[in-house]
Amino acid sequence: MLEFSQQIVNGLSLGAIYALIALGYTMVYGIIKLINFAHGDVMMVGAYVGFFSITMLGTNIVVAMLAAMLLCALLGVLIEKVAYRPLRNSTRIAALITAIGVSLFLEYITVVVLGPAQRVFPQSAFPIKAYNLAGLTILNKQIFVFVSAVLLMLILQYIIKRTKTGKAMRAVSLDMEAAVLMGISVDKTISVTFAIGSALAAAAGVMIGVYYQTINPLMGIIPGLKAFVAAVLGGIGLIPGAMVGGFVMGLLETMVSGYGSSLYRDAVAFGVLIIILLIRPTGLFGKNTGEKV
Amino acid sequence: MLAVKEIDVYYGAIHALKKFSLDVEEGSIVTLIGANGAGKTTVLKTISGILRPTTGSVMFKGQDLVKVPPEKIVALGISQVPEGRRVFQTMSVLENLEMGAYLRSDKKEIQKDLENIFLRFPRLKERRKQSAGTLSGGEQQMLAIGRALMAQPELLLMDEPSMGLAPLLVKEIFEIIKDINSRGTTVLLVEQNANMALTIADQAYVIETGEIVLQGAAEELMRSEEVKKAYLGG
Ligand SMILES: Nc1ncnc2c1ncn2[C@@H]1O[C@H](COP(=O)(O)OP(=O)(O)OP(=O)(O)O)[C@@H](O)[C@H]1O
Ligand SMILES: [Mg+2]
Repeated sequence: MLEFSQQIVNGLSLGAIYALIALGYTMVYGIIKLINFAHGDVMMVGAYVGFFSITMLGTNIVVAMLAAMLLCALLGVLIEKVAYRPLRNSTRIAALITAIGVSLFLEYITVVVLGPAQRVFPQSAFPIKAYNLAGLTILNKQIFVFVSAVLLMLILQYIIKRTKTGKAMRAVSLDMEAAVLMGISVDKTISVTFAIGSALAAAAGVMIGVYYQTINPLMGIIPGLKAFVAAVLGGIGLIPGAMVGGFVMGLLETMVSGYGSSLYRDAVAFGVLIIILLIRPTGLFGKNTGEKV
Repeated sequence: MLAVKEIDVYYGAIHALKKFSLDVEEGSIVTLIGANGAGKTTVLKTISGILRPTTGSVMFKGQDLVKVPPEKIVALGISQVPEGRRVFQTMSVLENLEMGAYLRSDKKEIQKDLENIFLRFPRLKERRKQSAGTLSGGEQQMLAIGRALMAQPELLLMDEPSMGLAPLLVKEIFEIIKDINSRGTTVLLVEQNANMALTIADQAYVIETGEIVLQGAAEELMRSEEVKKAYLGG
């Protein structure tokens, strides 16, 4: 039982990270029906921005995270403008292939500029402490990751539900043409969506740096894919679905590592994807509306 | 107020509007009637800037809208009740109305307009927290009209607002259109229900396969043999 609770504690912080990344996938899909395969790589760039903010500028972890979020928000807007916007009216497969191209571009430009070697996230920025709670070991980094991720999700929820910009985002994703008739600028709204999604991914990148302590140019691939599975699991396009899906994936992964073998933890993620696609392609929360394409 | 002059609009190879022209005088109700697929929706989408003509002009208060982005067209004073209502299904009634006022920032005025719309459509007030998708067809049509009014339009474009509604509701909708017009909003009304549309309109146009085939004062058209035969069921 104790072992099980311990896995839950570990799974919650990992799940929070997946949830943050999954949100970006789902928001972008909700608005332009594109699986943005470069999203995991934006997360990687965020991790590097955080790394350099700490090592070169000597900032603390919170400032590093904010810097990563800001820069990646701009990067996300730029990617959309340069790579996806010109393809807005072409086929979905063309946009998808472009997304894969952007992904490879970000990965290998980082390899070229910063080198392929992994870097150690400075421990000084986040000295690890362990707390003991009724036999459970809880690390301060787990608390940090969980609390900041939940805080970001609450802020996102507020933006989407309460602000004019958030409502416009929902309107555009529900009915783009009707939104245009309201005077909503679709271009601007899509830019905001990329900015927010990318900022959340950047925060997740810094969290992964803190959590796993190493970063490298290809670090976005696997967490990106797992977060994608999380988004599909929750029902792609649905924000609450991405959050729940992220936590489910995190918990599943720690359970598999804890009780089975960590060799299988990546395979499980893709097993989940295959199972959802076979049994319930609309995800846990998606309505079965049939394919509209 | 609005002068559409000789526009050609294409969907790929489909030539949907052919040298199409139409005038709307300030303060009037103008109706555009025609059968399925005649090109009525295409006209309204072109005025709103969702579609662009390859030739011709769309003059509104002395400005050509052909190169103006759609959000600016709304700001200039043209809003639309689209075909099939197109309310934002999972957003609440109140949020739908707020989206209508998206370009406005005069909070007090918006609040006042909102209250006026709730006065006009009490059902919407009762259901303001409910998501729009749960409303009946008639209520959704009211919401679509209310939403368009929240933009404070000078010219209101309406695309078949009576479509799919029970006869009693159709009458109510036409009463509402008359009332909106009597308060100073110019209306361009697209309809297949020619009878009702001609009853409330000042001017009328008949469109067939992308071309105007008849035009004139609404009461004249109502008496015209061609219109009677083709659109008034006798
Ligand atoms: N997106 C589109 N792509 C291709 N052709 C289209 C498209 N939309 C409309 N058309 C064609 O353009 C013509 C005019 O269509 P439009 O929707 O303007 O007609 P309408 O008069 O509004 O008809 P209805 O009364 O059925 O709403 C039709 O022949 C239609 O098939
Ligand atoms: Mg139509």
